[in-house]
Amino acid sequence: MSNFNRRQFIKTSSAIAAAGAVPFPMLNIRTAGAQANTVKVGILHSLTGTIAIAEKSVVDAEQLAIEEINKAGGVMGQKIEAVVEDGASDWPTFAEKARKLIEKDKVASVFGCYTSASRKAVLPVFEKSKGLLYYPTYYEGLEQSPNIMYTAQEASQSVIAAMEWLMKNKGKTFYMIGSDYIWPRTTIKIAKAVLAKGGGKLVGEDYYPLGHIEFSSVINKIKGAKPDVILNCVVGGSNVAFFKQLTAAGITGKNQTLLSLAVSEEEVSGIGADNTADTLTCMGYFQSLKNGANDKFVKAFKAKYGAGRVVGDTLECGYIGVYLWKMAAEKAKSFDVEKVVAASSNLEIDAPEGKVKFHASNHHLWKHARIGTFQADGQVNMIYESPLIEPNPFPKL
Amino acid sequence: MNFDLMAMQAFTGLSLFTILTLMALGLAIVFGLMGVINMAHGELMAMGAYTTYFTAMFFAKFLPGLFGIYFLVGIVLAFCVTFAFGWALERGLIRFLYKRPLDTMLATWGLSLILQQLFRQFINAKEVEVPTVSWLQGAWAVTEGIALPLSRIFIIALAVVTAATVYLFLYRTRWGLRIRAVTQNRPMAGAAGINTERVDAFTFALGCGLAGIAGSSFTMLASTGPTTGQAYIVDTFIVVVFGGVESLLGTIASAFMIGQMQSWFEYTMSGSMARASILLLVIVVLYFRPNGLFASKVRRA
Repeated sequence: MSNFNRRQFIKTSSAIAAAGAVPFPMLNIRTAGAQANTVKVGILHSLTGTIAIAEKSVVDAEQLAIEEINKAGGVMGQKIEAVVEDGASDWPTFAEKARKLIEKDKVASVFGCYTSASRKAVLPVFEKSKGLLYYPTYYEGLEQSPNIMYTAQEASQSVIAAMEWLMKNKGKTFYMIGSDYIWPRTTIKIAKAVLAKGGGKLVGEDYYPLGHIEFSSVINKIKGAKPDVILNCVVGGSNVAFFKQLTAAGITGKNQTLLSLAVSEEEVSGIGADNTADTLTCMGYFQSLKNGANDKFVKAFKAKYGAGRVVGDTLECGYIGVYLWKMAAEKAKSFDVEKVVAASSNLEIDAPEGKVKFHASNHHLWKHARIGTFQADGQVNMIYESPLIEPNPFPKL
Repeated sequence: MNFDLMAMQAFTGLSLFTILTLMALGLAIVFGLMGVINMAHGELMAMGAYTTYFTAMFFAKFLPGLFGIYFLVGIVLAFCVTFAFGWALERGLIRFLYKRPLDTMLATWGLSLILQQLFRQFINAKEVEVPTVSWLQGAWAVTEGIALPLSRIFIIALAVVTAATVYLFLYRTRWGLRIRAVTQNRPMAGAAGINTERVDAFTFALGCGLAGIAGSSFTMLASTGPTTGQAYIVDTFIVVVFGGVESLLGTIASAFMIGQMQSWFEYTMSGSMARASILLLVIVVLYFRPNGLFASKVRRA
């Protein structure tokens, strides 16, 4: 203790006092603010597990939208506070986290889910607890919950336009291939109805388990069937195998028309732009779209997450979901779920994908279907844009 | 079905056979010879694939002139990395669990989840693109109608070389002799002066290294991502179990049969149905021959 003189004592104790003193007032301000000036929303996606591949970047887009809104003053003067939960690619976990967000965090709205399976798992939770979910993925339709807003295209909004365009411009014989679950099966079912109506012919139809990586037999079948068009509804990592093996077998976008319904700019980085070059894709949004809102969106995304990042359809739909909720809340002058949903009817937004608006009653967006060609750099060169298509989640076939 | 398609379909069968052989060789050693159920085997393949990816990035950056040979270097490195990892894994974890097969399963399954999350966290949550070197792109046009992908021809050659090397190693070298001695009768081999612990570590590491080679070469066919291993693991186990554990030749024969079945089933029916049919056949065979098609006659205690 002899070394501990008075000067040191003063120094040390004042440092402790200073360190202790600063956080307290800050803490007080924060807690006070949380009650008065923020509104909580939930973000519910898989950050771990198999689907994290796709969902992580949607979280990025949603957080970008929240950040932008906060910078511009928030929603009705209230800052948005996001509670991020990990669904862990596991459907019961999604349901459990949804319940936590609605009942414990009392969030005004949730932006989340990617697969239909996760959406089906949380749907009863949202309906029972009167929550509100903005769902950003293109999906098979056949659903319309009073507590879910669907910001991406349902199946009929892309596949019908794509089939009509293909039959008019590329030929009448089709080989259809998809992963084996509800989205590709429903999409191909709609595609076949359009094909029959237009007098086309189906020369082959194949489904492979999700994650399948061996396509050489089906490539031989395609070679034997010689279709004018291959309609590709393969999903996820299987696409990497499918495209690589097609290219190796000498089938490329240059000598075969192939249109993918589940390959966006984001997937191309894993498949390799060489392998997708000159094939077609049909989406509601492309990063290469030229308009003011999109320029701003892409620029902001790259500034926040890095110049090497690309944006695709689902990302954009996640991004506009947050804005659509903000606009509806402001129109309703309330965060009450029923009022926000009611205010969403016919709500129009100047989105990166152009002006789109909610349907008067069915919770889906009027959307453009866009067809484009993949370039050598992985970006899309748009060659066709449909007029706004009315959402019809329960199409009559 | 014309002759060209038949020829290409036969080639597909051959290609599938060699792919399954490459996949299963490592597991046949780890599971077959050592009796360790390594659920992280698929992630070791993914590790091999990622090693190849990093080799490609290194060559693209520092040795662009030699990019054409990166793939060969990548395969060798993939073997080295997974071999070293396997060695460390055996010493650090597996050796404590030899008498507890269920615990091994759980531990290695946990390890596979950990590895997946590490890939996701530190490399990329998305699939990475592993470029195919130019001399393996495209197809060899035998006749006008028959085109055989070069990447598959390369994998056939690689499988032949690897299988032959493993065979010669196990049956023509002293290390191979030791491995066989230890797997057949551990106390006796120990009594004869063989360091059984080192042999265990080496055998396990060898199996892992083979997984690395497989993973590395499959980057030409499929995706490289955190969950890549999951796409391989089921087929790998089916081949080994169907062939009869403890029998390397059985593994190869089983790979041949499953490869042929897959290629013809997939040609004649839809992909999912083909898959279900194969699994059904495997179940039927295992019902009548529970130890697999080519189980060696071992007296069990």
